Amino acid sequence: MSNATLEAGAARTPQQRAAQGAPQSAWRAYVPMWLLCAPAFALFATLVLVPLVMTLVLTFYRFDPSSGPIAAFQFGNYVNVVSSPYYQTIFLRTFGIAALTTALCVAIGAPEAYVLSKMRDPWRSAFLLVILAPLLVSVVVRAFGWSMLLGTAGIVNQAFGVFGLGPFKLEYTTFAIVIALVHVMLPFMVIPVWTALQKLDPQTEQAALSLMASPATTLRRIVLPQIMPGVLSGSLMVFGLSASAFAIPGLLGGRRLKVAATAVYDEFLGSLNWPLGATIALLLLAANLIIMLTYYRMLERRYGRSMG
Amino acid sequence: MSFLTLADVSKSFGHLHAVADLNLSVEKGEFVSLLGPSGCGKTTTLQMIAGFVQATSGRIVLDGRDITDMKPNQRGLGIVFQSYALFPHMTVAQNVRFGLEMRRVSRAESEARVREALSLVRLDAFAERFPRELSGGQRQRVALARAIVIAPPVLLLDEPMSNLDAKLREEMQFELRAIQRRIGTTTIMVTHDQSEALSISDRVVVMEAGRITQVDTPYRAYERPENRFVSEFIGKANLFSGTVVAADEMHCHIDVGADRIEVGQRSLAHRGDAPRIGEAVTVCIRPEKVRLEANGSGRLPATVTSRFFLGSQWLYRVDCRLGEILVCCQNEGDEPIAEGESVGIDWKSEAVRFVAQEARHV
Repeated sequence: MSNATLEAGAARTPQQRAAQGAPQSAWRAYVPMWLLCAPAFALFATLVLVPLVMTLVLTFYRFDPSSGPIAAFQFGNYVNVVSSPYYQTIFLRTFGIAALTTALCVAIGAPEAYVLSKMRDPWRSAFLLVILAPLLVSVVVRAFGWSMLLGTAGIVNQAFGVFGLGPFKLEYTTFAIVIALVHVMLPFMVIPVWTALQKLDPQTEQAALSLMASPATTLRRIVLPQIMPGVLSGSLMVFGLSASAFAIPGLLGGRRLKVAATAVYDEFLGSLNWPLGATIALLLLAANLIIMLTYYRMLERRYGRSMG
Repeated sequence: MSFLTLADVSKSFGHLHAVADLNLSVEKGEFVSLLGPSGCGKTTTLQMIAGFVQATSGRIVLDGRDITDMKPNQRGLGIVFQSYALFPHMTVAQNVRFGLEMRRVSRAESEARVREALSLVRLDAFAERFPRELSGGQRQRVALARAIVIAPPVLLLDEPMSNLDAKLREEMQFELRAIQRRIGTTTIMVTHDQSEALSISDRVVVMEAGRITQVDTPYRAYERPENRFVSEFIGKANLFSGTVVAADEMHCHIDVGADRIEVGQRSLAHRGDAPRIGEAVTVCIRPEKVRLEANGSGRLPATVTSRFFLGSQWLYRVDCRLGEILVCCQNEGDEPIAEGESVGIDWKSEAVRFVAQEARHV
């Protein structure tokens, strides 16, 4: 869609464009473009770039347990994190949880969006609200809700108890973190997939049926490929947010089951080793960026030509 | 038994009767158009043949098989959708091949048939393009190739030209007709464009408010419209209401206001339909059958109120005692008649037709 308008714009001759732009562009001629962007840039710089650069500088500092961070330029912190099996496990766990959450969100969210798109209005609005509900509840309340459900004396274990099973250790496990993350991340998958479904021409499904495709084949060969861009952009959001999630792993993973974000917190506020915490934070950011950009590249190459 | 028969087919949505007791027989190889204004039930009829809409009552029989309750994916009909409904994630060749894949046609054979279908619609060079890289006309031809490659018993076209510009539409009409003749597939097209229906179909089915008003060849539908609706929907018409005052072997004499119009007896659509003396009737005369004469000659004096240049023709609006009349003249290169000029108008009595006021449902 945006491409089409761009092309239409490009097709106009310069004279036409000048004629159209002339009356309203008079004041624009005196205000350079960069000045118009300046307020937004200033906000972005003070709130994002400056803290980021300060964190980057901090990663090169040395840490002395008795006197705190000492200004320096060395890569000791990076070597420490990358070579330590302790931090390797934390990073692996972080991205493992993020990947599993993403996979579950695709498996649940994509069919959910499809069902939602087939619903009629009173029901569709109601179910959309149900899907968005986790975002309306405070993360702390939501996490404690899950811990009440999953605790050793929680409802889930009581239910198992009825059948003579358990109690199982559900709280403070990767399972608990993943389940709570999937709960809150689902809207980020459902909404982009739903948007993709809105753009889908319902006649393409009819066309496939008329060509003697079964409903299942139609879903797999015609609908699914068309909503893939939605699934992929949903995955990017879910993965990025899950990998850097802090509150849910912190509350449902307990003190021992650390992920990168909680490890950063502990370094900054527990050990007071700011340079090490900054290093972990920056490595998390870098890893996240690399994974997401690679993924986006892949997606672009696969769907760029056909789906725009 | 015809190749495709719709017997007493109805479709109601709640209290709304979209299609009511529709009967239609289509012969093998025929090109039939369902023509009517929007909301007349023509698309619903097509959707019932395709199987996307379930008929409330009635039977649809294709080649001796009752397909009324079959699922759309078991009917095996070729359909060209209004939006073309090409699969955007597949190349042109993959789009066309899809139906063959679903029928488990061998790779080698399907390659050959895809190539054949694409060359039929002159798109050989575009096989590896994606739909969004094609123009509207090319997309339409891909949709056509995808529908005919499976060699369907019936080809259904749902307003296939409505998304094309006028010039391309005309080209595609000729091309569609040529392709249909070559492959000989029975074709049913839904359209609201009367000129499109007239130019390419063997028969037109004119529909009005869920019912068929007239089924005829394009020429007969134009020359002998059944009723007021058909005469106005297909082409332009000058309609006069009057009373029959006399009838003889050759003519019926109708009083329209203070004037008398003769209608040739042979112009009656149905023998024995001759109106009785004293009956109120409506007569129709096509604009191109009215001639403009020099002032003072012809049947009636008239004044040109406005004129429109249509390229090959001039369309005049003239005022006379019968009211406002449309007159269509060939553009023969002469100086056209100026607005406000006085003229005489004339026509042959055989050009005047009776039309029924109400629909005579068939």
